[in-house]
Amino acid sequence: MNRPRLSAISLRFRHVWYRNLVTYRRIWKVSFLVPLFEPAFYILAFGLGFSGLIGGVDYAGLNLEYTQFMAPALVATACMWNSFFETTYTSFVRMYYQKTFDGLLATPLCLEEIILAEIVWAASKAAAAVTVMLVVLIPIGYAIFPSALLCIPMAFIGGLAFGSIGMFFTGMIPTIDMFNLPVFLFVTPMFLFSGTFFPISGIPDWASIFSLIFPLYHLVELTRLFCIGAMESNPIFNTSYLLLFSMVFGYLGLRKMKQRIIQ
Amino acid sequence: MSVIQARNLVKRFDALTAVDSVSFTVENGEFFGLLGPNGAGKTSAIRMIYGFSPITSGDMQVFGMNIEQDWREIRSRLGVCQQNNTLDPDLTVEQNLMIHARYFEMDKSHARQRTEEMLTFFALTNKRRAKVMELSGGLSRRLQLARTLMAEPELLILDEPTTGLDPQSRHQVWDRLVELKKRGLTLLLTTHYMDEAEVLCDRLLIMDHGRIIAEGNPPDLIAEHAAESVIEIEGPGDELRAYIKKNNVRHDDLGERVIIYTESNSKLEDDIRTRFCMEACLFRAGNLEDVFLRLTGRELRE
Repeated sequence: MNRPRLSAISLRFRHVWYRNLVTYRRIWKVSFLVPLFEPAFYILAFGLGFSGLIGGVDYAGLNLEYTQFMAPALVATACMWNSFFETTYTSFVRMYYQKTFDGLLATPLCLEEIILAEIVWAASKAAAAVTVMLVVLIPIGYAIFPSALLCIPMAFIGGLAFGSIGMFFTGMIPTIDMFNLPVFLFVTPMFLFSGTFFPISGIPDWASIFSLIFPLYHLVELTRLFCIGAMESNPIFNTSYLLLFSMVFGYLGLRKMKQRIIQ
Repeated sequence: MSVIQARNLVKRFDALTAVDSVSFTVENGEFFGLLGPNGAGKTSAIRMIYGFSPITSGDMQVFGMNIEQDWREIRSRLGVCQQNNTLDPDLTVEQNLMIHARYFEMDKSHARQRTEEMLTFFALTNKRRAKVMELSGGLSRRLQLARTLMAEPELLILDEPTTGLDPQSRHQVWDRLVELKKRGLTLLLTTHYMDEAEVLCDRLLIMDHGRIIAEGNPPDLIAEHAAESVIEIEGPGDELRAYIKKNNVRHDDLGERVIIYTESNSKLEDDIRTRFCMEACLFRAGNLEDVFLRLTGRELRE
């Protein structure tokens, strides 16, 4: 009975997106500091502390410095954190504590539009964070100009994927503390095993299958292609996987949220 | 034409029947009240009117349209002020109004003009740049009402609009509502405050356990279920109880207190005044609270 009605979705969803933008603009100066400094910290830590231990990394037939290998992955993980946190903690607060969705459901908007707006907003925020990161990475030579700019639209697509699965968890989780479960059981392994800190070509086949399931792996491959011009997979396949993942979990997220809110 | 027409409305949540075959109509320009104890089914009923909750069975027409199909059109013509505060705490007073106007696709200059009107109408002009988090309960309730009225609704639905407000704020809200009534607004209101219902409602119905137990205008309901005049007697003696029994007087015996329903300036009233009012006696007019308590009982709910 409570199945999502995709046909009810109209362009009115942009008003909810705008609402989130206005709210965000109040704090953007603070929140942009994170993507600005995060890559610098990682590169310093790994470049100064870590690369002495491991030397170069063999990836896609190239021998890369460790920091060069890792920097594009930071772009992808920033996208993931930004969008996943937006549709989990932030959306949960709007839904549960601020009753924002209840209020919106008394206006000419439907839940389908509200949820879509939340996911698209999460993706937009991810793209904005990646833009800021590139401002740091391009001048210091860790991302090739102009191809690295393709990371921005790709971060939007990746953001849809992470935002969708985040919304799916938000639809299921009883209390805000329980987000620890998807964060530690899903996001943390994804963060570590998506070819972010070491190439998955170096790990056993059975383990690399898990990496292929993670959307982050596909996004990391793509950001690496755009930033250093090399990859170990196929960009069409990676992009399709992210889009398909977004559609599947977008629908499931919507379904869970509808079951939760509309009673 | 009726603004709301509900026929045999049912809302079930698994085993619980929150609204059990309720029928009522609200006419254009009417102030209509939905009264009942906690858990009576008031909120469930009004959530079906604006299409928040799907109807289990029955028929609901709003502005002559079906809520399942024409929900967007219906919602663009009504304003809902929910029980919970749903304001955006991160935004200012003004932004809350302006952004709400977007959901109704009002054009920007109209929204701006309407925001000014609403800020003035609810005396919020000085607070326009304040954050919602900084507002007192009364102010945020006024803002929520202002927001509800932004898109000039034809029907206003208020779910317990003055719960938790101080008397000043309550009266201010009432004044505003009475003023809107003169402009032809239709109102559906739920409340626990019987004085509020008496001041505002032309007609009301009392619900309990999901069913309608009484319906009518406040004076008729008082006449029918309570009385024009009420006498409360503290610490009633056996003599009084015998008198009540002998004369077959309409009353409620609460043990420590007896409540007698009568007409003003009647012989009964005189009798009681002279014979039984040695200690504490209260003579007052009957009110909706008497009706409510007689119909829904005096025991605690929830």
